[in-house]
Parts: sequence; C-alpha cells; structure tokens
Amino acid sequence: MKSLAMKNLRGRPVRSAVLIVLAALLTFTALGGTLTVASLGKGLDSLEARLGADVMVVPKEATMKKKFEDIVLQGATGYFYMDSKRAQAVMEREGVGEVSPQFFLASTGSSCCSIPVQIIGIDPATDFTVSPWIKRTYGGELGLYDIVAGSDLNAFVGDKLSFYGVECRVAAKLEKTGTSYDTTVFTNEDTIKALISSSLEKGMNDFEDVDPENCVSCLMINAADGTSPEELVNDINIHVKKVKAYKSGDMISGIAGSLSGVSRMIKLLIAAVWVLGLVILLLAFTMSVNERKKEFAVLRVMGASRGKLAGLVLKEALLTCLTGSLGGAAVGLLVLIPFNGVIEQTLGLPFLLPNFGSIAGICTAAVVLSVLTGAAAAAVSAWRVSRIDTGLILRGEN
Amino acid sequence: MELKAEKITREFIRPGGKTNRFFAVKETDLTLASGKLTVLMGRSGSGKTTLLNMLSGLLMPSTGKITADGRDLYAMPDKELSKFRNVHMGVIPQGQTAIHSLNVTENILLPFGLYGDKPDEARAKELMERLDIAELASARPAELSGGELRRVAIARALVRRPEVIFADEPTGDLDDENTAAVFTFLKECAREGAAVLVVTHENEAVNYADEVLRMNAGTLEQG
Repeated sequence: MKSLAMKNLRGRPVRSAVLIVLAALLTFTALGGTLTVASLGKGLDSLEARLGADVMVVPKEATMKKKFEDIVLQGATGYFYMDSKRAQAVMEREGVGEVSPQFFLASTGSSCCSIPVQIIGIDPATDFTVSPWIKRTYGGELGLYDIVAGSDLNAFVGDKLSFYGVECRVAAKLEKTGTSYDTTVFTNEDTIKALISSSLEKGMNDFEDVDPENCVSCLMINAADGTSPEELVNDINIHVKKVKAYKSGDMISGIAGSLSGVSRMIKLLIAAVWVLGLVILLLAFTMSVNERKKEFAVLRVMGASRGKLAGLVLKEALLTCLTGSLGGAAVGLLVLIPFNGVIEQTLGLPFLLPNFGSIAGICTAAVVLSVLTGAAAAAVSAWRVSRIDTGLILRGEN
Repeated sequence: MELKAEKITREFIRPGGKTNRFFAVKETDLTLASGKLTVLMGRSGSGKTTLLNMLSGLLMPSTGKITADGRDLYAMPDKELSKFRNVHMGVIPQGQTAIHSLNVTENILLPFGLYGDKPDEARAKELMERLDIAELASARPAELSGGELRRVAIARALVRRPEVIFADEPTGDLDDENTAAVFTFLKECAREGAAVLVVTHENEAVNYADEVLRMNAGTLEQG
C-alpha cells in the first residue's frame, strides 16, 4: 500500500506538486514567522542587556535630534562630550551605585569598514556594561591601541586598523549581539583618548575645544540599593545642569512597542496562511477522493478493507506534506540564516537569531505541525473513503 | 468452496417519487458450488449486479444471509471479510477498473500487494499470455483500449487463483474471438475447482454454462 501511495502520487504529478508546494508554504510561513518573532524577542533581550545599566547620563546637546538614542539603539555614529566636572557632579548624587564613564568617537572612514564606525572607549576598571560582552570572546586585558571589533565589521583578529592616523590592533571580535554593538569598535580609555587627541590635532573633530583628558561622553549608572532608577533619573535631571539622564527601560520602550506590533502582524500572517492552507488542503483532498471514488471502489473489490482505504489516503497526504514541509523548512533556513542581516536592516529592529538548538526545535515543530495539519485535512477524506458503499458506486457506474 | 445465499433481499430507497422504496433483489436462494460455471442473464436493471455484489461481500443484503462453507460473510468484521475476498474471491467488475497510476503488470499483481503477500509473477505472466496482453505488460491504462482493459481486469481477478469467481459482463468490450477465449478460460477455472458466476447479456455464454439463471425484476428464475 505504501508503494501504491507513492505510485499514486507520481501518477498525478501536478496534483502532488500543488500539495507539496502548499505544505512547503505552510512550513515556510510557520518557521519563518516564528523564527523572526523569536529573533526579534532575542534581539530586544540582547538590547536590554547591551544597555546594561539602569540609568544613562549624557550631555544635554546629545539629546538633540535623538543623537544618543540613535547611537545606542539604531547603530548610528556620533560623538559628544561633557566636562569631567559635570560627570563628577552626577557621580556624587545620592542613590548612584555602580558608575562607569564611556567615551564616544566616530571614524570618518577606515579600511575596516564601508560605513562609518562608532568607536566606544570604556574604563576597564569600572566598566560593567561592555566588559561582560568582551569577556565572552576575549579574556585578556586590552592594551594601548588594542581594539575589539563588532561581529558585522570586516576585520579579523590581528588586523591593523588605522583611525585618525593611529594604528590599532584587532585583539578580538565580539560575537553577534543583534544590536548596534555589531557595528561598533571598543577600546580602553587610554586608546580612545589618544584617538580623540589625534582627531582634534587633524581638525577632524567637531568639538575643537574639548580636552580629552577631562571629558566623558556618557555615564552608565546602576542605582544604589534602596533607590529606584526613576528616582535617580529625576534627581539627576533636576539637580545637575546641562545633562540628561535616561532610564534604560524608557529608551527601549519604543522599540519594544514596534517589536510587539511587528510580532503581532507576523502572527496574524501565520494564522491567515494556515487557515487558508488548511481550507485548500481540505478541498484538494476532498476533490482528489471524489475524482478517484471508483478507484477506491475497485481496491475494495480486490479486498482492501475500509481501514486500508483510509490508510492509503492518509499515507498519500503524509508523504506529500512531509516532502513539502522538509522542503519548506530547508528554504526557510536558507533564507533566514544567511540573510538575517538584511531582515534586521529592513525591519530596523534588534534581531538576533536564537541558538542552534532553538532553531532546530522551531524547525522540527514547524515540520511536525505542517504534517499534522495535512493529516488532519486528509482525515476527513480518509473517513469518507472508509465509508464508501462499493456496491452502490459500482452500480452507479453501470 | 460452496457459497450459499439464503432468503436474501436488497431494498433500495430511490430519491423522490411516490413509491421510493423498491426491491432490486427479491427473496432469493442460490448456491454456487465448486467446479460449476453459472451464467446469470436478464434485462438491464433486473438486479443481476446487485445480486453479484451481495454474493461477493460488497453489498450487505437487506435480509437473509450468505455463507461461504458455512461461515456467514456479513457476520465477519470488515477487515476479515476484506481479506477473505482478497484471498478466496476474484471479482471482475463492470466497466473500466484499472488503477491509472500502475502499469498492466502492477495492476494485475495488486491483489498480492494489498496485504504484502509475495506476488506470483509467473501466474500473472501466464494470465497475460492467455489473455493476449503480454506485450502490454509495461503499458499504462491510458494507453489501452476498452477490450484490453477488460482483459487486465480479468487477469487481476484470477491472479490469486480464487475459489469463487464473479464476473460482471466480462466480455462487454471484447470481440467474438476474445469473448470465446474468456468464456473458455472461465470454464477452465470452473473445471479446476472454482465456483464461477458470470453475469452477462451474451447468449454465447449459455454454451459454457453448467447452470443458467435469469433475473426478472429482482426475481431469480431458472433459465
């Protein structure tokens, strides 16, 4: 009967091809949609972790045209500075727990990148936001002119990159984060200060009168025990002039909202495709059984039981749906994995593919679900076939 | 094998009309014995095919019972009755009944495949030669004429050497020469021990019959 099912499918190539394509479409939609939603969720988690601090404080001018948010959230390039005294005033506020400065610089061109690169300097002694990411791939200390490149940058460990005439060595590459980290270069405080000085000397820095030794770009702060981030943000914004404090959660709430909207749209699309697919499969199997009613009656004449007839219909459905589902899953993976960067750019949202185990799980679930849907659609026809009155059908043909 | 029908009837409900219930087969007794070829004749719509379907386990009688060597056919569960039909009965239905996705040889051997039994290819070859379709072994049903398809159906029904053979208009699409060959062949099957029932309009069939019956408006009469 198994070989009969195979031969029946080969004997009707157009019908089989349509069913296979439909099953492939169902799996592709389920896999692609679910993987996209999961990647967006993971991207948001990664973004939250990437911010890594309860509160961020930047000079007031950095808030113009969302400059700071664009750097942190969208991967835009830019830089701004505030005097160390203002930074000190912030650090002295009550409720400030862990605190670490960061230093920003944007390259205007580098051999490593086709796009301008954001350079962020950290203080390894106090940093608690970037170092945990760096430690995932690089366990050593960052020396002078050592840099860590984001995963999307065209630079490899050991490469020499020049920024404002200063040659830097790529000490490590970050693993993919799905955030602006992927197009950023990290270095320590001494190196960034040397780069800022060089950019100033070459007249390539908009902040001509800035003193690299007495400035920071932003402060990353964790609220002390007993103080909420909201209280700390309000306190800093009220009492320290010319700075702006942000709560991390507020910064990503817009992105979370967009992500939720995109996820909802994807889920609706999946549901629509599946309902449509189920209806088409139901019709296709029903039509196929009606068209072959006499053939089933003949099998019955030869001694096929009702169960065998139903089994034949189900086997044909399972074979087509399994073939289509595996094809759909393969296409889905071939589209989503190599082109996840394009998807990220198109959606404009943090996008981080789940790990291999999760992808395999989602893939298996999509295939199983498609096959079960095909089987459920065929079950109605299988039941009808198992109820046929052979005598009446053959009599009707006379 | 002895196939015995006792007081069987078959009632149908016709949609619409004043008298929508009618008996296609009125109370009938019939015995098909091994080694005997029985010819059943009668006008169209007289109930011949309905009787054949009931006897072959395909259509449950409204009343009465059918036994094969004492076993009540319709008391068997469907699975058992189906297997019984597969092994012990060969049915040649009316019309074109080839499975279109299979070639001629595969169609003829299909009764073995239904239960995963080892196909008797020698028997299939012998039947194809006897029925003059050996050259069509690899052909698809779509490439065959009506007469060739009938012969494929005959070979398929006989391939398992059934003990009871039901043939419903087996020579419908055949020329005189092939008609004679098929009746001769069915007669040989009877001689070899099968119980054969042939439903036909062909008067020539009478020449091969051990018993001739007639159906007249649902009533079985001796020919």
